[in-house]
Amino acid sequence: MKTIQDLEDIRKNNFNRVNQGLDRKSIRIVVGMATCGIAAGADEVFDAILDEVNKLGLSNVVVVKTGCIGVCRLEPIVEVIRPGEEKVTYVQMSPFKARRVVASHVLVGAVRDEYLMHVIRGKIINDYTLDND
Amino acid sequence: MEVYRSEVLVCGGTGCTSPESVDLYKRLKSEIRKHNLNHEIEVLRTGCLGLCELGPVVIVYPEGVVYKKVKIDDIAELVESHFIHNKVLDRLEYKISEGEGKIRNLNKLDFFKKQLRIALRNCGIIDPENIDEYITLDGYKALEKVLTSMSPIEVIEDIKKSGLRGRGGGGFSTGMKWQFAAKQERDEKYIICNADEGDPGAFMDRSVLEGDPHSVLEAMTIGGYAIGSNKGFIYVRAEYPLAVERLDIAIKQSKEYGLLGENILGTGFNFDIELRLGAGAFVCGEETALMQSIEGKRGMPMPKPPFPAVSGLWGKPTIINNVETFANIVPIMLKGADWFKGIGTEKSSGTKVFALGGKITNTGLIEIPMGTTLRETIFEIGGGIPNAKAFKAVQTGGPSGGCISEKDLDTPIEYDTLTALGSMMGSGGMIVLDEDNCMVDVARFFLDFTKDESCGKCTPCRIGTKRLLEMLEKITKGNGEIEDIDKLEHLAMGIKKVALCGLGQTAPNPVLSTIRQFRDEYIAHVRDKKCPAKVCRSLVQYEILEDKCKGCGLCTRNCNVGAISGKLHEAHVIDQNVCLKCGMCIHICRFKAIVKK
Repeated sequence: MKTIQDLEDIRKNNFNRVNQGLDRKSIRIVVGMATCGIAAGADEVFDAILDEVNKLGLSNVVVVKTGCIGVCRLEPIVEVIRPGEEKVTYVQMSPFKARRVVASHVLVGAVRDEYLMHVIRGKIINDYTLDND
Repeated sequence: MEVYRSEVLVCGGTGCTSPESVDLYKRLKSEIRKHNLNHEIEVLRTGCLGLCELGPVVIVYPEGVVYKKVKIDDIAELVESHFIHNKVLDRLEYKISEGEGKIRNLNKLDFFKKQLRIALRNCGIIDPENIDEYITLDGYKALEKVLTSMSPIEVIEDIKKSGLRGRGGGGFSTGMKWQFAAKQERDEKYIICNADEGDPGAFMDRSVLEGDPHSVLEAMTIGGYAIGSNKGFIYVRAEYPLAVERLDIAIKQSKEYGLLGENILGTGFNFDIELRLGAGAFVCGEETALMQSIEGKRGMPMPKPPFPAVSGLWGKPTIINNVETFANIVPIMLKGADWFKGIGTEKSSGTKVFALGGKITNTGLIEIPMGTTLRETIFEIGGGIPNAKAFKAVQTGGPSGGCISEKDLDTPIEYDTLTALGSMMGSGGMIVLDEDNCMVDVARFFLDFTKDESCGKCTPCRIGTKRLLEMLEKITKGNGEIEDIDKLEHLAMGIKKVALCGLGQTAPNPVLSTIRQFRDEYIAHVRDKKCPAKVCRSLVQYEILEDKCKGCGLCTRNCNVGAISGKLHEAHVIDQNVCLKCGMCIHICRFKAIVKK
């Protein structure tokens, strides 16, 4: 049974884990896993990220699942927050792309531009459809 | 499988003047092949990208270079410069400005900038299966404050002052409802969370349950304290297995920490929460039918009064609130009633979560302050109508709501303004319709749903919805008569007055509002036997345009019923008596020679 003091301790101990600010101490990787994400294949993306993080022997990294981020048609979505950096959102991810993000962005801070949202004149280009011809 | 080093998109939307872009696409492919790069560079023709003012548009990935106003004579130079010399062709490059290009941060988008996430504050941020993360972001702090330093009356006063109104669609003052129940002197009282969310296309509640379940548990416990209840139920539809799983985990974790169950936080207050699953009945989202279902009976509504706050589950005072209503309780208790009252409008404070769907560029879940206009929501946040089509109407409130047309787009979104327009807020479904939607067909679609879901208890709904649907089907099949429109209105208004519950009382709304706003479409169907939007199959003909048909025979070969005939290189013809109007020929014709009339 937790007391009020216990809850305060939990808040202190988990602050670094959840902190969204620039003063983060560890790296947080978040994978959208509401029904929209899972339907788009986020399960495999999550597993791939965990696997790559282990393979590369990365410590100081927390990988979590989260709920609906709001742009369901761009799922699977992966967000990376590194200490001192703003959150970066990757869209339309796959296990392959996720592994590259871990090896490139998470490991050495090189953001993978090609997996970001592409916005021109306020329009999101990423979810283009192919014309049958 | 080819692994390409680059993807080139050529926009093929009608805005880019299609015949030209077909040639652009073909010329690009042949130039790429000429340089032997066709195994490295993939050329794709896309649907409308929405960049019509810049068209014809060519985009090269992975860099994301956008070339504008590309002409067929530019292609050779473009390919040589970009792919051989690895230099961007400067004169055709669209120069991006601030806030364009590869965006790292979602919050730079209008879509997110204009939202104010209160109910969805933790969704997408925390791990819903980890109670510690919830606690860290001020979770269970409100419960602490309430149980240790506030009286039940003070809690209710706060909720009343905040102006929070039921987010399930009823819009009744949450604080007043809690007060009614609190005043009852009974040995047992209940708190129920309505997580049945039956509206087609609505997924607001699902997102809260899947992304932040503890917020609902904490709010229900606070509600229990306020009205004097020790038992809560969450009635969640079985079609949400992930929500059920996450709620289950959350309840277990909460109990482990002593934040649910006996002697919460050592204050002596007990509150328990049980899950009950629905079984696919839309009517069980109606509060009295929901309670019947929990009691183990058939989900059929009961007359009101008595109201649940006085006599509900097993005859005891019961508070039933929607998931989103509960999702607002914790922020109100933490940040204060005045803070909440300061958001939104005078009569509708706070925010509302909407599930934007239909013919709109940015589909998804949004949470906006009350008072935002429909126009801003659809065109700025929603990104407008795709494929350069014209806006026709927006349907709010699901099967209980109505359609709002272009002339009313500057209406601020509030409970009372939407009701005044013949629609309603509902639970938050917002479906956008364009020029290719038939309003009679839309009414028919919703009636088809409500007629199926009618529980059958009261005559006006049981028989009325069936008759409304029959008349609408008659009209869409081309057998309608001019008197049918008045008959529909008369019957619809009658059902509204006499049906036992909200399902029956609101089922006629789509019919009434579409007749009111789009009467001329109904008249076209019954008098002229025409469907202006070319949707109703019986009223549409597929025709081959003589001057465009090259006589290639592709359509003939692909028609499943042999309705097309003609000689090679001569214009073909569709036999209207055989044609099923499946649309295969239009889809397959390379010369856009077949049209719907």
